[in-house]
Amino acid sequence: MSTDAINARGDLRLTRITKSYGDFTAVDDLTLTIPKGSFFALLGPSGCGKTTTLRMVAGLEEPTVGSIHLGDTDITTTRPYQRPINTVFQNYALFPHLTIFENIAFGLRRRGIKDVKEQVEKVLNLVELPHLAGRKPTQLSGGQQQRIALARAIVNRPALLLLDEPLGALDLKLRRQMQIELKWIQREVGLTFVHVTHDQEEAMTMADTIAVMNEGKIEQMGTPADLYDNPETAFVANFLGQSNLIKGKIDGSDGENLVVDLFGQKISMPKNRSHAIDNSMYAGIRPEKFRISLVGTPVRGNSLTGGRIEDVSYIGVSTQYVVAMPWGQEVMVFEQNDDGVPPFDKGDEVVISWEPNFTFGLRGDEDIEAGTEVNPEELEDE
Amino acid sequence: MSLPKVRVPYLLLFPGFAFLFTFFILPIINLAQTSTQTPVKNGDTGQYEQTFAFSNYVNAFVDNKEQFARSFVFATISTLLALAIAYPLAYAIAFKSGKFKNILLVLVVAPFFTSFLLRTIAWKQILGEEGFVVPGLRSLHIISQQTTLTSTSFAVVAGMTYNFLPFMTLPLYASLERIDPRTIEAAGDLYANGITAFRRVTMPLSLPGVVAGTLLTFIPAAGDYVNAAILGSPTSKMVGNVIESRYFKIVDYPTAAALSFTLMAAILVLVTLYIRKAGTEELV
Repeated sequence: MSTDAINARGDLRLTRITKSYGDFTAVDDLTLTIPKGSFFALLGPSGCGKTTTLRMVAGLEEPTVGSIHLGDTDITTTRPYQRPINTVFQNYALFPHLTIFENIAFGLRRRGIKDVKEQVEKVLNLVELPHLAGRKPTQLSGGQQQRIALARAIVNRPALLLLDEPLGALDLKLRRQMQIELKWIQREVGLTFVHVTHDQEEAMTMADTIAVMNEGKIEQMGTPADLYDNPETAFVANFLGQSNLIKGKIDGSDGENLVVDLFGQKISMPKNRSHAIDNSMYAGIRPEKFRISLVGTPVRGNSLTGGRIEDVSYIGVSTQYVVAMPWGQEVMVFEQNDDGVPPFDKGDEVVISWEPNFTFGLRGDEDIEAGTEVNPEELEDE
Repeated sequence: MSLPKVRVPYLLLFPGFAFLFTFFILPIINLAQTSTQTPVKNGDTGQYEQTFAFSNYVNAFVDNKEQFARSFVFATISTLLALAIAYPLAYAIAFKSGKFKNILLVLVVAPFFTSFLLRTIAWKQILGEEGFVVPGLRSLHIISQQTTLTSTSFAVVAGMTYNFLPFMTLPLYASLERIDPRTIEAAGDLYANGITAFRRVTMPLSLPGVVAGTLLTFIPAAGDYVNAAILGSPTSKMVGNVIESRYFKIVDYPTAAALSFTLMAAILVLVTLYIRKAGTEELV
C-alpha cells in the first residue's frame, strides 16, 4: 500500500478527523473535501487547529480518530516520505548546508529522478531566480528564500502542495506581491494548493474556496464572496471584515422576505439569508453597505432613524463614521468619497439605510463578539 | 570619558595579554632554549648549557617513537569511542529529552565536580579485582578467569574515553540543538526516510560539533599521561609519561623539552590537516 500512496492522485478527503493532545482537542470531528486542482485556504486565528490539520495531511502528525484519503488511497498512517505531498514550511526550513540548487534537487534525488538539472533549472526560472542556484540559503533575502521553498516543493509535482503561513515572515508589500505570484504559479502548474493562514485578506486574495476554522471545527466554507456577503455565524462575520450585528426579532413574513423588528423599527430581508433558528435574530449589515443621510432626506430600502454621528474619520477613498443609535449601540458606516458631497459632521442627526438584499441574519443566541478580539499580527507563532 | 576610543580595545586586551605573556610565551621561549642544551662537562646532574644541539630532537624522537605512536593510536581510539558514545547521547538530549534536558546536561558535566585525578583513580577500583566489572565479565565468560583489566592498554583507553567524554558531548549537543527540527521534517516531506534524513541533513548540520568535539578530545588525549600512569603498565606508556619522567625523575630537561615540542608540532600538523579536510565538507 505504501508504495502505491506515492502515486495517489485525486481529491483530498478528511473524514471525521479528531486530534487530541491529552485533554486538549486541537481538531474536533472535522470532515472536509478539497477538490483536485483547487486553491484552498484554511483560515482561522492561532490555535484554531488549522496547522494541526495541515500537519496531519503532511503526515507529521497522526489523527487520533478519523481517516485521510487522497483519491481512493487511504493515507492516514502513511509515512510523510511516502506521501505525494510537499510542504512549504512557515519559516521555509531550507537546508542551510546545501546550495539552492541542491535544496531544490533534494526531493528529486531521493526519488531517483534522472533529469535533475533540467527540472531544477526549469523551476528556478518559474520563480525567476535562476542566478541564485549556487548560493546558500543564508545569502538570500526573505522573499527569495520563500520562492526557493516554493520551488523546492513544486519541483516534485506533488498531488498536493501544503503552504503553512508561507508569507507570514514577509513585509506587507512583498506579501501582496507574493500573493499574486503564488496564485499565478498555482494556475501555471495546476497543482492542488492547500494554504493555511490567519490573514483573511491573504486567503480572500488567493483561494477559490476558504474554510474558516475556529476551535477545531469548520465554521463555514465557501468562496470568498459567499463568506463575506452571507456569513452564517458571528465568528465568520467578524473574522472576515467588519460587521454591524443588531439584535432583532422576526415579526412575520412578506412573500420572499422576512420582516424583522430592530428595537421598534421594521426592516425586511430575504428569507434565504437568515440562519436564525427561532424568531430571535441578529441582523447583520457590513459597514460599507450602509448609506448615511441627514434627517428629512428621502431614503431607499431599509432605514433606521434616530442616529447621531459620534466620530468621523476621513481616510481618503472613504470616510468612516461611528453612528450612535437610539438603543445605545454604535454602528460603523463606510461611505465612499465619490459623490463630491463633503463628509457629515460629528453631532449630525442622521438616518442610515441599506438595500434589504445585503442583510444577513444570524442566530439570536450568538456571541456577537466572537472573532473580533483576535489580532492576527500578534499571533504569528502557532 | 576623555579616553580616546581607539585605546579602549588595547586596554581591554592588556590583562589577558600580560597573563599569556608571563605564563605562556616566556615559558615557551624558555622551553625552546632548554631543548637544544647539552649537559655541562663535569657538571652536576641537572646542569645544562646552550650548545644548539638540534640533534636532541632526533634522539628524543628515535628513542621514544614507540611511545609517540602509542599516544596517537590511544588518542585516536578514545576519540572515536567517545564520538560513538557521545553522538547518540547528545542526539537524545537535544531532540528526545523533553523536560529532562537540563537534568541530563547537568549529569554530563557532573564529573567536573570531582578532580580529574580522583576520577581516574576510581577507575582503577572499578576495573580492579574487587570491582564488579571483572567478576561480571568473568562469570559471563567474556574474559577468561586469568584476565585482568588494570595495568592494560584497555584500561588506559577506557579511562581516557571516560575522562574526555564531556568535551565530546557538549559541542555535539550544542550543534545538534541548533538544528531547526523543521529542516528534518522538511527532509521527510521531501521523500527522505529516517536514515536518509539523518545522513543528508542532521549529520552534515552537526558536523561543526563533531569537529569541535573530536579536537577537544584528541588534543588533550594525545598529550595525556595521567591515565597511562594510573591505569596503565610500563608497556602502555605514552609520550606524556616519558616527558614526565624525563623532567621529574631523570632530570633530563633538554630531552623532555624536545619531546614536548615534537609532540606539539605533531598535534598541530594533524589538527591542521584534519580541519582542512573537514573544512572542505559542506560546513555551515
